[in-house]
Amino acid sequence: MNERVKRLREQSVNTRPYISSERAELMTAFYKSDTPMQVSTPVARGLAFKYLMEHKAVPIQDGELIVGERGPAPKATPTYPELCCHTLDDFEIMSKRDRTRFDVDDHVRKVYAETIIPFWKGKTMRDKVFAAMNDKWMAAFEAGIFTEFMEQRAPGHAIHDNKIYTKGLLDFQDDIRQELRNLNFMTDPEAYDKQQQLLGFSHAIDGLIALARRYSEKAAELASHEKDPARKQELLQISAICKHVPAYAPRTFHEALQMYWFIHVGVISELNVWDSYNPGRLDQHLYPFYKKELEAGTLTEETAKELLECFWVKFNNQPAPPKVGITEAQSGTYTDFALINIGGVNPSDGSDAVNDVSFLMLDVVEEMKLVQPSACIQISAKNPDRFLRRACHVIKCGFGQPSVFNTDVIIREMLHDGKTMFDARTGGPSGCVETSAFGKESCTLTGYINWPKILELALNGGVDPLTGKQIGVKTPDAATFSSIDDVIDAYKAQLKYFVDLKVEGNNVIERLYANYLPAMMLSILTDDCIRKARNYHNGGPRYNTTYIQGVGIGTLTDALAAIQYNVFDKKILSITQLLSSMKTNFKDNPALQQQLKQSPRYGNDDDYADRLATEAFNIYFDTVNGRSNTKGGKYRVNLLPTTVHVYFGQMTGALPNGRSAGEPLSDGISPTHGADVHGPTAVIKSAAKIDHARTGGTLLNMKFTPQLLEGEGIEKLLHLIRSYFRLDGHHIQFNVVTAQTLRDAQKNPDQYRNLIVRVAGYSDYFNDLGPDLQNEIIARTEQQSL
Amino acid sequence: MANTTGIIFDIKRYSINDGPGIRTTIFFKGCPLHCLWCHNPEGISFKAQLMHRPSRCIQCGRCVLVCPHKALEIQDKKVIISWEKCTGCGRCVTECPSGAMELVGKSVTADEVMKEIIKDIVFFDQSDGGVTFCGGEPLAQPKFLFELLSRCRAMDIHTTVDTSCYAPRAVLEQIMDKTSLFLCDIKHPDSAKHKEFTGVENAIILDNIRFLAEKRKPVIVRIPVIPGFNDHPETINTIGKLVADMKNIHQIDLLPYNTGGQSKSQRMGKQYQMPGIQEPSGLNIKELADILITMGYKVHAGGL
Repeated sequence: MNERVKRLREQSVNTRPYISSERAELMTAFYKSDTPMQVSTPVARGLAFKYLMEHKAVPIQDGELIVGERGPAPKATPTYPELCCHTLDDFEIMSKRDRTRFDVDDHVRKVYAETIIPFWKGKTMRDKVFAAMNDKWMAAFEAGIFTEFMEQRAPGHAIHDNKIYTKGLLDFQDDIRQELRNLNFMTDPEAYDKQQQLLGFSHAIDGLIALARRYSEKAAELASHEKDPARKQELLQISAICKHVPAYAPRTFHEALQMYWFIHVGVISELNVWDSYNPGRLDQHLYPFYKKELEAGTLTEETAKELLECFWVKFNNQPAPPKVGITEAQSGTYTDFALINIGGVNPSDGSDAVNDVSFLMLDVVEEMKLVQPSACIQISAKNPDRFLRRACHVIKCGFGQPSVFNTDVIIREMLHDGKTMFDARTGGPSGCVETSAFGKESCTLTGYINWPKILELALNGGVDPLTGKQIGVKTPDAATFSSIDDVIDAYKAQLKYFVDLKVEGNNVIERLYANYLPAMMLSILTDDCIRKARNYHNGGPRYNTTYIQGVGIGTLTDALAAIQYNVFDKKILSITQLLSSMKTNFKDNPALQQQLKQSPRYGNDDDYADRLATEAFNIYFDTVNGRSNTKGGKYRVNLLPTTVHVYFGQMTGALPNGRSAGEPLSDGISPTHGADVHGPTAVIKSAAKIDHARTGGTLLNMKFTPQLLEGEGIEKLLHLIRSYFRLDGHHIQFNVVTAQTLRDAQKNPDQYRNLIVRVAGYSDYFNDLGPDLQNEIIARTEQQSL
Repeated sequence: MANTTGIIFDIKRYSINDGPGIRTTIFFKGCPLHCLWCHNPEGISFKAQLMHRPSRCIQCGRCVLVCPHKALEIQDKKVIISWEKCTGCGRCVTECPSGAMELVGKSVTADEVMKEIIKDIVFFDQSDGGVTFCGGEPLAQPKFLFELLSRCRAMDIHTTVDTSCYAPRAVLEQIMDKTSLFLCDIKHPDSAKHKEFTGVENAIILDNIRFLAEKRKPVIVRIPVIPGFNDHPETINTIGKLVADMKNIHQIDLLPYNTGGQSKSQRMGKQYQMPGIQEPSGLNIKELADILITMGYKVHAGGL
């Protein structure tokens, strides 16, 4: 990267995230005015956004080529009091915690104490959500059975398609005016509601164009004082670009990036759309500009790369807004889940869509080494190996990017959901691993559900052993269980009860957002909200999918397998003996705990355990899939964790597989740490027994050492990925481990039984090497990371 | 088809350095050679043996109670094994709750091994991989090896036999048409030196390699590079010349010595025969590789 990018990158990486009260102050001022009471809610939301865009700071950093910050400076992170009004205690906690810390200065605390908290108390969405939930829901929520994504963040996490590269926002205004003209107040009882939505959309567009105009003016002003002629020229160019986009469609590569960035800033400033917006298939979108300009000689590969790198920095400048409580525990990361998709297929004919920009972006990912934006590649059988190979080289760098997705199975997942072939091919993974049809779908993750905890309740008649409270449905006493089927029946009953509760809650929360916090920007950008004159939160999008994410398939499977193996097959002990030892957290019988850990486990391509994993998946699928949400869409399932497996683990007692109380659950569809002892192919085989095509996404984490990827190791990695995808795997990502991890593995060998290292001419399990060789590899790993 | 039984000590999936593609490696137990540096010392004996991993032991003492030969006791929170009393009966292994006691070597049928092999067929197909039989010495269990090779051939699975080539000619003749690729060790060109470090002379080995050359069987030569034994450029040069006229040999692999055998020996209560050797440096390996490359060989070298 060049000096400019280096400077911008360093500034972004080295600035600690801090809270800015700018947005909270502006929104409070707007809501204190008379306007919100004079207009409908959608119009008020449109005007609130416009007010924000007209008054927020418009910072331009020295050397920047792409402009636009959500806050008044890089890493200045706004709050959204209409969603969640932080207390002074919240600020105290978030300024001191180890994970995702935010600095909070005295001004913020003062303005919150004097103005913001007094105004918003009792009026926030968070207040409304918790007030609307019943006791049973609250009991399950507090016991760590499920989490709730929308309790302090709005639905979002949406992905853009290619609309904004051929249409300016003024074209969208034309579409809106057309729909307004088409309204028929005589025949359509919803005409008024539609009109108000459309007017809200229109105000929001005015707002974003105003922001760009202000940036244009700011750049021109800076140019007038600028001494350096080169920078002066750049500022004048920025000023010209911001005069053009987003009002008009972009004409150049630079304008295309700036266009997207204004849109991005608009979406993430309007609401905290948990947490992000996302440019989707960026290589495809940019390629026409790139090709045209390269041919015309107005752009070089080098300048394109510089622009992309400046663009990358902008994402890193916007940490995910601060979270508190359980939401922080489940999703504790600065990552804003902007996941740039590279590769995949062309929507119109399904052909290989990898182009020169795809390769250029992989270079950018490798050079920038930023946690955000995150990047993934989409791999279809049609994409060339040389593209996947290039990505494998980036993976080898060891920061977990790009993650790898199977385009072919993603398309099938979407067809299974009833999408058209074209829309399916337009899509891919959104922020994490969940699929959506880009630019056409509201795919809303509503919360995680803790499968192992539900088993714990099934083994205790619905009573939570941690608190002694009956929080589940009454199921038979475990002492009466005479086969694994009895255990599974009780589990099914508990699961159904909690999924019912969760869906009941969602049905309320969806309406709260539709009524109180309609989203303007997302509606403008998502088909067919304008055409239907319906909000993004109210069934406006072409597809409206609701997810509840299952967590802990590895842990649940191991627990069920341990019961079947030790209690019903080998009859080593009775289920009551097992439960009584679990109550003591195996303190009464450490040898039993070890013995339980030797039971068949998920992740070893062993059908004894894997059969239970597929059964657990099928039970979940049957319980959740196909239910209706309030937006005309359906419920789907996916299996992913973010950081919730740690929180859920803390809420779950000792389990039959010898897992101690409080230990983290397995993540995604990965095996329990240390359970998989037959290498990566066995993990892949186990994971592929789950029917990914019926999910909306699964997450598989793998650990590799850098040595394993030396020489031909890259080629073998490529084959490993291709094989997983032949078996319909949805997603795979690789942690290429560090010396620190290896040192930890040395101290806690049991946790790392699956860790493979390349020794010299061969590879071996790290655990199985003597201490000397382990030390040597640690030293070598350290050397490599320098 | 018959269901022969053999003794193996490991099956390793995602084996990526023992032949082309992604492979499953079957480790045969028992070897006629006794290389001092052996990095798989658990592969030498033809019998099952006890292995102890203190890092997994929870000192519950169950093993001590069940041992019929009184070979185990607990001292200072450690299990002490009187190796001379241990017969490898495996009673303590069955009883051990934490997996600290392990029996290395297990009698398995061809059916059982094939069941494991076919699990990774999708990876073989994708990567042009297959199965590698190594050891120990696979040729030392000829019936078992022949049956596994035949069954793989029937399923069109690529097979590699990684061998010392120290075996009767008849064995080689029997299996060679069922084998896709041979990995043949040449440890030293000088027979006396060979005997000193491996326990056997090299005449049979070199004859067998020549025989495979006459039959035009695909062979990759492998040289374990052992400091002080065969890491002199002249030695490598001589090996290169030895096989220079063999038209089936285009590739030579250099496998740098590693200390892996040391800790395994300890776990089995065995004295390691070559303590204190350093692993060869990348620079040294590169020098040796260059000699062979100059002679026209394709060279794969570990540790570079």
